[in-house]
Amino acid sequence: MSKKREFISGDEAVAIGVKLSRPHVIAAYPITPQTITVERLSEMVERGELNAEYMHVESEHSAISAAMGASAVGARTFTASSSQGLLYMTEGLHYASGGRFPVVMMNANRSVALPWSIYGDQRDSLSLLDSGWIQVYVEDAQEALDMMIQAFRIAEHPDVLTPMMVNLDGFILTHTYEIVEIPEQSQVDAFLPPFQTPNKMCFDNPKNMGFSSQPNDNTEFKYQQNLAVLNAVKVLEQADTDFAAMFGRKYNGMVDEYQSADAEVLLVTLGSVTGTVRDVVDEMRAEGHKVGVIKIRYMRPFPEEQLQNLTAGAKAIGVLEKDISFGYEGTVYTNVNSALAKVGNTVPKLNFVGGLGGRDVSKADIRNMFLKLQRVAAGEAYKTVDFFNLNVETNE
Amino acid sequence: MSSANTLTRITPKNITDQEFFYGHKACAGCGGSLAVRLALKVLGERTYAAFPAGCMAAVGFIYPQMAFTNNAIITTFPGVASMASGIAVGAKALGIQNFKTVAFAGDGGTADIGLQALSGMIDRGDDVLYICYDNEAYMNTGIQKSGLTPFGTQTTTTPAGKNIHGSKTQKKNLFEIIAAHDIPYAATASIGYPQDYIDKVQKAAQVKGPAFIHVYASCPTGWGTPTETSVEIAKEAVDCGLFFLAEYENGDYRLTRNPKQFASVADYLKKQGRFKHLSDADIASIEAHRDHKWERMRRMWNHQ
Repeated sequence: MSKKREFISGDEAVAIGVKLSRPHVIAAYPITPQTITVERLSEMVERGELNAEYMHVESEHSAISAAMGASAVGARTFTASSSQGLLYMTEGLHYASGGRFPVVMMNANRSVALPWSIYGDQRDSLSLLDSGWIQVYVEDAQEALDMMIQAFRIAEHPDVLTPMMVNLDGFILTHTYEIVEIPEQSQVDAFLPPFQTPNKMCFDNPKNMGFSSQPNDNTEFKYQQNLAVLNAVKVLEQADTDFAAMFGRKYNGMVDEYQSADAEVLLVTLGSVTGTVRDVVDEMRAEGHKVGVIKIRYMRPFPEEQLQNLTAGAKAIGVLEKDISFGYEGTVYTNVNSALAKVGNTVPKLNFVGGLGGRDVSKADIRNMFLKLQRVAAGEAYKTVDFFNLNVETNE
Repeated sequence: MSSANTLTRITPKNITDQEFFYGHKACAGCGGSLAVRLALKVLGERTYAAFPAGCMAAVGFIYPQMAFTNNAIITTFPGVASMASGIAVGAKALGIQNFKTVAFAGDGGTADIGLQALSGMIDRGDDVLYICYDNEAYMNTGIQKSGLTPFGTQTTTTPAGKNIHGSKTQKKNLFEIIAAHDIPYAATASIGYPQDYIDKVQKAAQVKGPAFIHVYASCPTGWGTPTETSVEIAKEAVDCGLFFLAEYENGDYRLTRNPKQFASVADYLKKQGRFKHLSDADIASIEAHRDHKWERMRRMWNHQ
């Protein structure tokens, strides 16, 4: 049987992945660059291809609130947002994870105002790492589609029961067209069983949910929440393995790597920029440079052990991210640095900050990062945070 | 509402002894909890009930002592209407039948922070009964002014002093704001007229789609009234005309109680600590506002 392929955008790939996952309820509010996803989903509902209730909520706050309500009676639910909308949901994001409602969300990574920008960076979702959601970052449209299907399975697993956010770089992934293989519905059904949960209101066994706790109990609830996200490690790795067996595509769980085994200098990346970095690695390898890349896929749970092992042989490490926690360093860097500090990895670690508000990260930028890492490995002095490709003079 | 006519009217004689909201920690004389208790008796056990952060959430869901025997959930403060929508839509999508979803929220949770989500719920036509118990301030956080706090009320954020005599603003016209959505059914009620309230809950429960009840519910703690007069004071508010009983149905407004003569506003106000400071001029201004509102309601609504 020949495989079905379509030439579609990342947003459309998400919509198809969601449709194949057979959600009961979709509650979403439009925001660029997420809109195509929710438009396609509403068209699928209209055509009868998707047997779901599409809720036209009046805000993102209501989107997550309605999604939680549906999840609280045992419905499989999806929402999608971006940037300002995601931040408007913030209260509900914490609420959903605390209530253990396994809502799945697509987030189109977009810059956060001010200044206004509809273009991409990862400051929206990275600022919400502490909201208790599982966070995965995809690299292309195929991975976006595939991860929607995996996300429902991971989030709804009884050991996890935690909401999950699938992040796509705004425009770079959401609006770029690629050839994407469309899985067979029967195979998706076999991979993703119907949602079953004891954590729901039903008339056979009525429940009071969303309750308050006193100081005597609160820490225990939070301990269990932390455990649930840690439990997701095994569940997501199994999902990755089973998905590969069923569909022939493997994403290597928490992290992916390219040419890292003997690399002297390494870049750690998140999201779509990884493809460009791989190209630069190939070019520089051909010139004899021992460079490599490690792609973080999951920011929560965090691939601590994998990063510790994969970076063990490097002489200098750069973290390339579209984020800055003002007054300190990028959030990805803080997380990576913490993981490596625990195993006494004291090689120089630089934080390349850029690609903010949609600025392109070019091959030349990446080559410069590798070259700088080589010089630092050889003893050149360095500053940790490097805003690369700045258009203004600095006094630093 | 032909289907409603075939129902057995629920009265004090036949109302169920089953309690759905029981063993909670509300203050003695709490009008809000009475409104919830009566409504759940009418709606029955196949009811999902949603409550935003607020008094009922605070007194009913203290782990591990859950006070509802039916399905119930606390929502975010702005999100009771949207979560109730999600419950109703989710249950429908799952093929669950013969159930009702009800949202209960206070005046702040409804007329202020929850108004947007409530508007969305009505606009979508979701099958939810929304009951606002109005005790005229943010009581759970310690009696602060809300959009439904009446003119002249002393609250902890509208202190009554020489310069400002309590709240400077009138109550929002919540009932008309809701009716303006062309909602299938909306009503006002008072725990001081419990049969009327029960009738309206019973009627609203028959609506397939959004329905709304604004029920006046006294709060001895916030109002400075004796706990044993909660029902009486909520009745007096209606009798003196500072609250009104009405319905909006099939596009028409109707006063369901249209007294020929009002009881004394001053008597009603003077019984409450929150109004003790009011001058004669303040009371005259409150009466004038009442008369203006009633003149308009009678002229615009009861023309049949």
